[in-house]
Amino acid sequence: MNDMNWTLSFERLLAAADVTVETLPPPSNNILLWQFSASDWQKLAEQARSYGLRWSAGWAIQEDNVFWVHALFEKQGIYLLTRSIIDYAKPELPSQSTVYPAANRSERHTQDMFGIKFTDHPDNRPWTRHKAWDRHDYPLRKDFAVQGRPEVITPPDTEYAFVKSYGAGTYEIPVGPVHAGIIEPGHFRFQAVGELILNLEERLGYVHKGVEKIAEGRNPEALARLAGRVSGDTTVGHCWAACMAMERAAKVDIPPRAALIRGILAERERIANHLGDIGAICNDVAFVFGQMQFTRLRENWLRTQAGIFGHRLLMDCVIPGGVKSDISAADCDAVKHDISRLRKELSDIITALDLNSSLEDRLYTAGYLSEDMAAAYGTVGYVGRASGQDFDVRRDAAYAPYDRVTVKVAMETQGDIASRLWIRYKEIMVSMKLIERFLGLLEPGDIVANWQVPEAGSLGLGIIDGWRGEIVSFVRFGADNLIDRFYPRDPSQLNWPALEKLVLNNIVPDFPVCNKSLNGSYSGNDL
Amino acid sequence: MNWLIAVIQTMLFVALAPLLSAWLKWCKCLLQNRKAPSLLQPYRDLIKLIRKQPAVAEQASWIFTRSPYIIFSAMVLAASVVPLITVDLPTTASADVIVLVGFFAFARFFLALAGLDVGTAFGGMGSSREMTISSLAEPAMLMAVFTLTMTASTTNLALAMEHVLNEGMVLRPSFVFALFALILVAIAETGRIPVDNPATHLELTMIHEAMILEYSGRHLALIEWASQLKLMLYGVLIANIFLPWGIAQALGAKALVYGLLAIALKLAVLCALLAIAETLVAKMRLFRVQEYLSFAYLLGLLGMLSHIILEASR
Repeated sequence: MNDMNWTLSFERLLAAADVTVETLPPPSNNILLWQFSASDWQKLAEQARSYGLRWSAGWAIQEDNVFWVHALFEKQGIYLLTRSIIDYAKPELPSQSTVYPAANRSERHTQDMFGIKFTDHPDNRPWTRHKAWDRHDYPLRKDFAVQGRPEVITPPDTEYAFVKSYGAGTYEIPVGPVHAGIIEPGHFRFQAVGELILNLEERLGYVHKGVEKIAEGRNPEALARLAGRVSGDTTVGHCWAACMAMERAAKVDIPPRAALIRGILAERERIANHLGDIGAICNDVAFVFGQMQFTRLRENWLRTQAGIFGHRLLMDCVIPGGVKSDISAADCDAVKHDISRLRKELSDIITALDLNSSLEDRLYTAGYLSEDMAAAYGTVGYVGRASGQDFDVRRDAAYAPYDRVTVKVAMETQGDIASRLWIRYKEIMVSMKLIERFLGLLEPGDIVANWQVPEAGSLGLGIIDGWRGEIVSFVRFGADNLIDRFYPRDPSQLNWPALEKLVLNNIVPDFPVCNKSLNGSYSGNDL
Repeated sequence: MNWLIAVIQTMLFVALAPLLSAWLKWCKCLLQNRKAPSLLQPYRDLIKLIRKQPAVAEQASWIFTRSPYIIFSAMVLAASVVPLITVDLPTTASADVIVLVGFFAFARFFLALAGLDVGTAFGGMGSSREMTISSLAEPAMLMAVFTLTMTASTTNLALAMEHVLNEGMVLRPSFVFALFALILVAIAETGRIPVDNPATHLELTMIHEAMILEYSGRHLALIEWASQLKLMLYGVLIANIFLPWGIAQALGAKALVYGLLAIALKLAVLCALLAIAETLVAKMRLFRVQEYLSFAYLLGLLGMLSHIILEASR
């Protein structure tokens, strides 16, 4: 491993910049924990940026009369968890989003939920903050009751200051949060001149469910179920990430058979979603034939899942310490049969897509996300990989069972909608191979490990590659095996801001297909 | 007698238009491996909508509430001057093909106004797109129509059809060009793929649907019915101008039945072809539509030129 090299030289770089680092015991392999003083918080970000670290996630926790603010960085598959302590009485911290645009919404979320002020933040508008809360109420502080203080009627949010455009011929198109189709709620505000998009502003938060708050005080099983509902289409991904975090905090090793079954579940989820997405992209350019075919393929795939794992979308199949149910030899055969059938059908249909020049005309060059922009916003998953961001947790920070196989990461460099469509196809092919490898590696054994109650205050960080990309799940245990803090970072949180950039210079009627090619989760973003 | 036939023919037009849409949908479903809804579904939808109370925005003016009636009436009037099963129509004498184009433009004018009336972003967007497309489609359509009228030396549709019938099977290059021009225009004007997608739920991509997003109840029923009529009108125009064979030239019961069967068959085939085309291609980027319609115009122009060069001198 070329591992610790960069962390050492980065530490030296920080020392040269007069930033004091307090190194703490690492929570797990591949993850380092460093502590900084609040005044150095922004300087840390500047050094990290110049050293080429990717900003991955940010969150805060409250402990008695202090807040711990965390930021997670990554480079070459090594994660660096940084934190700073700030006082409850004066919750202020310099912002990192001046350096990392990816941190922008995350810091605003922390600001809305904890009342921690990020000084010189480039955008001081609220993000997830809801009108149901009083001005001085911060829902994630410990003194805020779980049931909240519901008002009879939540007042409308009329004060949000959208970007305005001026000049002859410019106009505004507000879209959503209620849409004509059956999709999740989100508001998009376009500034356009004619059909050309001058600016797009996203306003999300309509599916805020209070996931972080209601996680507090749960036991591990209940937290796993909650994590499975952060975003319904990523139920395996979030559930696995949360379980991994809890297992690391509790120092529980899962049996190899359970890891392999988790791998099979996660790759099946990836295939199901990619099939649905390719169909949906076809539908958005009115190529209904493609949509119908892919919908059919996905439906067959889901029915197999219902038969083998008891749930079409694989909800609650991953549990702390392992997996809920074992798979029999007959199930393995069914999975293999499913794969060979999908391979055969897919090769015919994908050829039809590839040869369709009218589809090509819509998908190529539209919704272009440059490599620089993808890097600046730290996009992950197929959005990043379609714009040349060669990163995959399964390969670069491999965890069981991916440490036992070679993961070939599909790459595209064009950065347009077509790239994001073809990368999905390539990932389906890779995932099918991975499932076959996992089936071959399966050996009889336990599927769930004995749980050990972790000490109060144990931290765990679960990082996996969900179908949308890197999922980060942070867990801190309180006393008696109960959760004190849970923060899931869906890959959409990093990918959503890229949508605002990639639609620029496109025309208004091309927005839906641009959006679909990115397909961020609203629920995973809004928590 | 003639007037009675004219009224009956117009009623047939109005009554059969939903069936044609259902047939088109049926063909599309078949091609997409889907179970098709019943051929009566559009009728059920219309009845359901007519029974419902329309919800009208507070800001809506009389334009919004009257437009559905104006649009529907304009389409019925247009239907009354297009020969469906017989060319022997008194109404065609009073309104020629230019008036027909005028009826379409009149209906579109009110539809675009209605889209703007309530003041939602989508309505205005739809109206703006509709006017862009129609301003390009109308010249192309007139070009195709002029080619036809120059051949027949009349702008009267019935006389033109009789002229084609009497000439017999002559392959005219001008007609081939004009036919393709009219087909391209028809696809654009009736809001079919690849220009517009009548089945979409994506507000930002809509053209026709964006203008009528605010409509509900009987208003929506009338507008839907009017678009079904428009689709049928274009189908009948293409079928009866370029392939008029089978249409009744005299008012006998036998001739009329033959005329009805002939047009039903022609429309069924045309719609099946349209369904195939719609399944094969994705929707164009909006700014490709102008290239597409310029091409239609070019075809119309070529048709007229080839008429002047090859046919008129004889």
